[in-house]
Order: sequence, then structure tokens, then C-alpha cells
Amino acid sequence: MNFRKYLRDHIVFLDGGMGTLLQKRGLQAGEAPERWNLTHREAVIDIQRQYFDAGSNVVCTNTFGANTLHFAEDVLEEIVKAALDNARAARDKSVGAQEKFIALDIGPSGKLLKPLGDLDFEDAVAMFARTVRLGVQYGADLILIETMSDAYETKAALLAAKENSSLPVLVSNAYGEDGKLMTGATPAAMTALLEGMGVDALGANCSLGPKQLCGVVEELLRCASVPVLFKPNAGLPKGVGGETVYDVTDREFAEDVAKLIQKGVRVAGGCCGTTPAHIRMLADLTGGYTPVPLADKGCTVVSSYTHAVTFGQAPVLIGERINPTGKKRFKQALMERDMDYILSEGVRQQEQGADILDVNVGLPDIDEAAMLLDSVCALQSVVDLPLQIDTSDPEAMEAALRRYNGKAMINSVNGKRDSMEAVFPLAHKYGGVIVALTLDENGIPDTAEGRVKIAEKILHTAAQYGIAKKDIIFDTLAMTISADTSAAKVTLAALRRIREELGCHTLLGVSNISFGLPNRDAVNGTFFALALAYGLSGAIMNPYSADMMRTYYTFKALWNLDPNCAEYIGAADSFSISVSQKAEHPSEKVEGQAGSQLQSAIIKGFRERVGILTAELLQTVPPLEIVNREIIPALNTVGEGFENKTVYLPQLLTSAEAAKCAFESIKTFVAAGGKKSAGKGVVVIATVRGDIHDIGKNIVKLLLENYGFDVVDLGKDVPAGKIVETVADLHAPLAGLSALMTTTVPAMEETIRLLREKAPWCKVVVGGAVLTQEYADRIGADKYAKDAMETVRYAQSVIEK
Amino acid sequence: MSVIVSTWTCSSPPFSEEEALRYAGCRGADEGMRRLLLDCAAQAEEQMAYRVCYGVLSVCIQGDCCDFANFSVCSRQLAKNLDGCTSVLLFGATVGVGIDRLIAKYGRISPARAVMLQGIGAERIEALCDAFCRNYAEGNDVGLRPRFSPGYGDLPLEVQKSVFAVLDCPRKIGLSLSESLLMSPSKSVTAFAGITHNKRKSENNGCSSCENTGCSYRSEQ
Repeated sequence: MNFRKYLRDHIVFLDGGMGTLLQKRGLQAGEAPERWNLTHREAVIDIQRQYFDAGSNVVCTNTFGANTLHFAEDVLEEIVKAALDNARAARDKSVGAQEKFIALDIGPSGKLLKPLGDLDFEDAVAMFARTVRLGVQYGADLILIETMSDAYETKAALLAAKENSSLPVLVSNAYGEDGKLMTGATPAAMTALLEGMGVDALGANCSLGPKQLCGVVEELLRCASVPVLFKPNAGLPKGVGGETVYDVTDREFAEDVAKLIQKGVRVAGGCCGTTPAHIRMLADLTGGYTPVPLADKGCTVVSSYTHAVTFGQAPVLIGERINPTGKKRFKQALMERDMDYILSEGVRQQEQGADILDVNVGLPDIDEAAMLLDSVCALQSVVDLPLQIDTSDPEAMEAALRRYNGKAMINSVNGKRDSMEAVFPLAHKYGGVIVALTLDENGIPDTAEGRVKIAEKILHTAAQYGIAKKDIIFDTLAMTISADTSAAKVTLAALRRIREELGCHTLLGVSNISFGLPNRDAVNGTFFALALAYGLSGAIMNPYSADMMRTYYTFKALWNLDPNCAEYIGAADSFSISVSQKAEHPSEKVEGQAGSQLQSAIIKGFRERVGILTAELLQTVPPLEIVNREIIPALNTVGEGFENKTVYLPQLLTSAEAAKCAFESIKTFVAAGGKKSAGKGVVVIATVRGDIHDIGKNIVKLLLENYGFDVVDLGKDVPAGKIVETVADLHAPLAGLSALMTTTVPAMEETIRLLREKAPWCKVVVGGAVLTQEYADRIGADKYAKDAMETVRYAQSVIEK
Repeated sequence: MSVIVSTWTCSSPPFSEEEALRYAGCRGADEGMRRLLLDCAAQAEEQMAYRVCYGVLSVCIQGDCCDFANFSVCSRQLAKNLDGCTSVLLFGATVGVGIDRLIAKYGRISPARAVMLQGIGAERIEALCDAFCRNYAEGNDVGLRPRFSPGYGDLPLEVQKSVFAVLDCPRKIGLSLSESLLMSPSKSVTAFAGITHNKRKSENNGCSSCENTGCSYRSEQ
């Protein structure tokens, strides 16, 4: 029988522990159990046969760690082939009369993926793909991806399974006592990610016993529309007389799991410490249960690597600020690939209350696919909000969706045939909630009726691609009332009908409504309130706008979405004045003239005050003069203090950050005038290959920028070739290299050697935790800098002489 | 020989402001710095997940080499540290990825905060190791030698591979080892602590027992 068909109508019993049983038969700690497929075939077959005899419908191959990280290609093939042969031999020998399937078992790599670890996402996909292809080749009936403790790695494994097989795929994660994965994802977030990519069943295994995981399983049952899988340990391990013993008996285990089968679990088995006796007890106890029927939960949900955001409860705020349209400073940041500027826009919007961030980095002169991918990856290393990927370029969309850690929002599709043909296959493959605009080849209908018709067409076409209604959110298109005063009413009427008649969620790019009018925030806020009352589920909006945030909080309080009006009361002060007008911090008082005040504010590290003072000075003083007469002297005061050990590193940095605020004001001022500020010279900096910690390098970057250098930051774990290529392209006079570990100093040496060869003009300064003058000399650096100030001084001596 | 690997966790161990400031390179903190520290500490604490996995290994010392049955390593200083012990507590400890995420975030937007968080992370993992060792020693009524980690003195970093194989750190506590032998999450420690049976108080792990006298973090006490 076909496994998918069997799963639809039955409770499926998996097997139990393998590793713990192999240890009883002599497997050593640290020894690879997968080798036993070749060296101890009879032991493996015997355990698997016992599971089939005990009632398991699915027995997993002994391939938990069988991947190219642990084994050479040829050995891997032998192992996977033998593992499937062994499982088949066990099935043939078993006396069990139930339906029997063999799952290719895939466990985690044991590595953390970038940016937290050193394993690249695509390398992880390739690694899992190799095992999947072997499993398919040697006859697995299905694939079980299990014990995954990180959302990103889970996605890599599932993507590999989907791209390289058509077998059913079950995915199970290891949740901790806090109910989350080691890297923070909740059950709701994992459900969104996995269902989005078309998993056949999902669940929880390992880490704890059935009682401790009960809450996680109940949460999965609440969220998931596909069958839920549960495969807990036999409690916790204890050492008794030199042996590892688990503390939950077979009867207790079976009773605990049975309770969750009654609540809806459809695939059940055991992990560490469970034995054929546990599975037999479970199968005997629950074999007569009627499976709880599956129900589509109908949730419209997106996720990040930590949490899910669901539409249909409180209004969802989608921050619109990462978008160059109409923003000169943002355009400049994109042209200069100034990622820190983009990231700070992300962080600020989160601080202001955004639930999701829209990411649009399209400009005519840049490689949008590359920029979007970099932005999505960088944003996911600093903000944990779900992202809405906003591009009309299908290639850029695919690159970003593939790398996105979670289930993204896709902005956007519309009723045009070619738009749907481009977007729907991507959404089907990678998952996502799609923003659908109610326009098509004939433009935007000027009646609600016309827009609803397009919505129906979009839903119909989406269904043909296997995309459910719940994964589409309609935007009925806010058009400015300055051109047509009936525009708002049509938009709202369409919105209400789509919500009520089609049962779909809706969102609007609210601020379009006021284009061309004065005091736009007032119109936007009122329109937002009206739309919410008409059933709007979310808004693409400006979270810095006090009017919008006022509407948001008051609506929630009025609509019974804010118990005790607690959020409203908490936020009331913040939107009484707009963010940009926020009063200075009372402790940020500095005396004297604006000029000396600025110096003093930088020295004291008052960021907001520095921004305000600089903006004031710019009204009367040329930018360059502010830099040379105020900012640099202030930085010198602090820098000298640091060198004399009267100022400590965090204080130096607080001042440097304040100075950065001054530079930011200046950049905005200069960009508004259509000019570009000229730097002193280029410094290329990077943390070398193999090293993934970059705090020291970031400090150096901040200070170099403060002193007016154009810093090209290549990031961390950077191959020598890329550093050399960049230095050569820019003809940079100076490169700064950082290394933290003795094991990565050779990569630094290699980089210097290549630089000498390909860019002999370039001076090299090195630093980092393990480096010393002696090391620096040995690897041929021009300069060893013990801290960031010394790097600045050296850069000045190289570039400014 | 099969090693029984267990896991241990705890709620927040006692926080030392002075230690965190020392690790942040800020011995003479003014009021502003202290406020920044406490603000960062509160933010960091929400992200902490204190986890330890450990096992007891027999050890046989011959000359400079320590034989732990599953693997052996040659290091004069480790051999000296474990001299007279017949068993060793081997453990891996981590405070989780949350602090790394915060450091990465503020490394991009506020390095001053990142440096403070870095100091706090270092203090937290040390506090976790101290709490674990204290708990183990008391619970088992034994004494422990000062803990000794791969990379200390002449103990090669390569021994991390053996430590990870025995303790199964990725699966037990979500701790992984990179190609260049870096641990992720970064605020993590693996260490050997010799077990003694004379029940004297566990020895302190102060800077005074370290040979690197030029270290900028060296404690004054």
C-alpha cells in the first residue's frame, strides 16, 4: 500500500530507539552507529525485526548521521545501501501482519548553520540531498527527518528531500523544556514553515519524555493541518551500575502517548531509551482507537526563525520603511551597499511595534537579486520578525525565498496571467503567504464588483497550483483621494466583500490614500481606522507615524483586542508626539554654545542629542566644518583618553556611536542636496575564512568611519580570494584583517600572501584576540594593531600622509 | 567503555557586575556605563538557556599523557592538573544562541552595547560552569580540581573533536563545533575537572592559577 494513503486513514506506529539498543550490544560512545549497518548487520536487522514484530508500521533505517560530513562519498553509499537492505531483511523476517514501510532516517548535521555557525545553507541542502538520492535509489518508502533542533537546518533538509524525491516526508523537531527549539523556534513557527513547504506530517521527538513534551504536542495539534507525529524519549537518562537507564516504563510510556493519540496524534513511536516493548505496549493499547480526523485549521500565518504571526486576530502591522521609493538617503545607502543603514531601519521599526517588515531594495542600477538576498540574510541576523519580500523580479524573489528562514510573505501577485505563472510556483515550493493585488491586464477596476471578480480569478488559479485560500491575502488597492474622491469608498467596499464573501484576509498600503494632500498622516490615520472597521487584517504602513500608531492602539482598545486597555495605556505617551519630535532624554542636558555642546554630547555619548544638535548646526555651518571643528576634536579627546587608559572601550564606543549619529545627520543633509560626501580613502576589512566572530572588526569599522574613511566591510568567514578581489577592484590602499582563533591565523597568512601577489600596493593591518606582534611578523603583516584606535592611527599614517 | 552522558540545567546563576565589566574591558565604570551594563544584562537574561551535558571518564596518567579509555591526549599541564585523579568530570556548557544573536545585532547597530553583551555572555558562561561544578561536587560528595579547557596552556584545541564525540554536545545541548574548532553558540565551555575524594572544598579557578600573566582580562585579586 502507498504510505500517503495509509497515513490518511490510520494511526501509524513508528519504531523506537536504535542507538540506545546498539549501545547495549557494544556500540561505544563516540563510535558511529551507521557503520554497524556494515559491520554488525545481524544486530541491526534483529532490532528492526523486533520493532516490526512489536507492531511498527514504519521502521527507520540506521542512517541518523549518514551524510557527507561524517562519511566519504563511497562509504556513505555503502552504508545507505546496506541500511536499506538491513531494514528490508528485517521486514521479510518479521511475523507482524500489519502494513510495513521503511523510512530513510535523516538526523541533524551536528553543525549550526550560518550566521550562527559555519555551515552554509546551500552546503547543508547539498549534504542532505546526497543522502536523499541514495535513499531513493536503494528503495526507501518514505523519508523521516528527525531530531532537528534548528529551523534553518530543518528547512535545508526538507528542501533537499523535496527537490530530490517524490517520497512522503515526515519532519520531527527536538523541542526543549522551554517548548522551543535550541535556536528558538516555537511549534507554531515550525508548523508554518513545514506546512508551507508541503510536509506530509510534522511533530516532535527526542529530548524529553512524553509528559514533558505534552504541551508542545498540544500546541502542534492546535496549529497543524497535516498529521502530527510524536516520538518521545523514555523519559530522562540515568546512570545505574555503569549503564544508561531511562526512567519511564513501557506501560507508563504507552499510557502517556495514548492520551495524545486520543487528542489527535496520528503518527507515534519512541526515541532514545524506548524498546520494542514500549512500541508493543503502545500498539496494543491504542491499536483499536479510531484516528482523529484531520482538519484544515485555515490559519493565515507567516513565520520567522523564532515565532509565527497569524492574521485575523489583532491587526498586523507591516513596516514599509525598507524601501527606496521617495527616500534619497535610502537610495544612497543602496548604491553604497550600506547594509548597516538598512538594518537600523529594520531594528527601529521593530522597536516601534511592527510585526512584519517589508523588504524592497529595487533600484534601476543595482543587481536586485543579489541585494535582496543579502538584505534578507542580514536582516534575519538582527531582527526576529517575519519578512515580506517585495520585488517584481521573479529571480530575486526565488533567491530570497529559498534562503529565508521561515515562511515569508510574498509581495506580490496580481490577476495578470504572467504574474500568477511566475509567483505561484515559487509559493508552492518554498511556502509563503502571498499578497494579491486586485488588478489585471485591464488595470484596476473602478468598482468593488470588478475587484472582487479579480480576487475570485486569483483564488481559482492559485488552487490549480495547490495553493490554498488561507495563503492569499488581498490588497484591494488604496488610491489617492486627491485624484478621485470616491476612491476610498470603492477600496473599502471591495475589502469588506472579500473578507465576508470570499472569507479571505486583506491588507492595504494605507499611505497611498493621501498622496498629494497636505498633512498626510491625518488622512492615513483616519483611513486606517475605517479600513479596520471594514475588516482589514493588516496594513503596510509607517510605524514611525504617530497618527498610525494612535489608530492602531485605540482600535485594539475599542475592538476588545486589548485586555484592560493595558497596551493602550502603555503606549499612550509614545504617540502623543511623533517619533521625530521626541523630547530629549532629561539626562542628556549639555551646556554652552551649539558647537561646544555638540562636542560635549559626543564625548558623553548622547546619541539623540547629537543628532538634534548636528541638524541645528547644519542650518548655518558647512558640513565639513562641523566634522573638522566639532566631531573630530571630540573623537580625539575620547580616543586619547582610551589610549591613556582613562576611557574604557564601551565608553569609547558610546562616543563613536554618538558621532555616527552626527555623520548620519550630515549624510541625510548632503543626500538631500543631491551630493555625495567624499571620504578620505578606502579601507577593506574582513574577518578571515573560518572565523565567525566579528565584534572586534565591527568596532574597527565604526571608528574608521568616524574618522572619515570609506570602509568596505566584507563581513566574517571571508575567503582570501574575495578579499583580494575587492582590494584589487577598488585599488584600496589598506586592508584590515581580523582573526580570533589560532586555527584561523593560517587563513590570515594565506590572505596576506595572495594580497602581496595580486595587490602589492596594499598595506595590511591585522588584529584579533589571538594575534601578537610576533604572529603578525611571522605571517608578513605590515602592522599589528592591538586595538581599534591603533588601527585608526595606522590608517591615518598610510592614507593621509 | 560506554560513557553515560547526562544533562543538567539551572535557572540564572548569581550575576557579578564586576566580572561582566572586567570582561567588557571596563574596570572603572562610571554611572552611565553601569546603567548600560544593567540594561544589557536584563535584555540578555531573557535570552539565556543554561544547559550542561556531562559524563564521568576514568583516567590513567602516564607521563604527560592522559588516557581516558575512549581517547587520549598528551598535555603536560593537563596531566599536572589531573595528577592523582582516577576519574574526571568532562562537561560541555552553553548559555545558548540568544546572546550570540544579540551580539550580532548590536555589533551592527551599537558596538558599545555589543561589547557589554559580550562581557555579560562571558560572565554568564563562567557563572554557569561554576554553578554546575559546585552542584556536582556537593551532590556527589567529591572535590573537583580547577576546570581545564581545550586550548588552555599546552592542551591542544584538537581534543575538542574527541570531547564532542563522547558528549554528543550537538544533540544534548545544541552545541556545535566548526571546522576551525570554534564552538557555536560562542558563549560555551568544554572542560575537564579532575575528581578527588578527599572532600576538601573544590579549588577555585581564579586567574592566579593561569600562566598567562600578560592577559588584559587578568583579575586583580
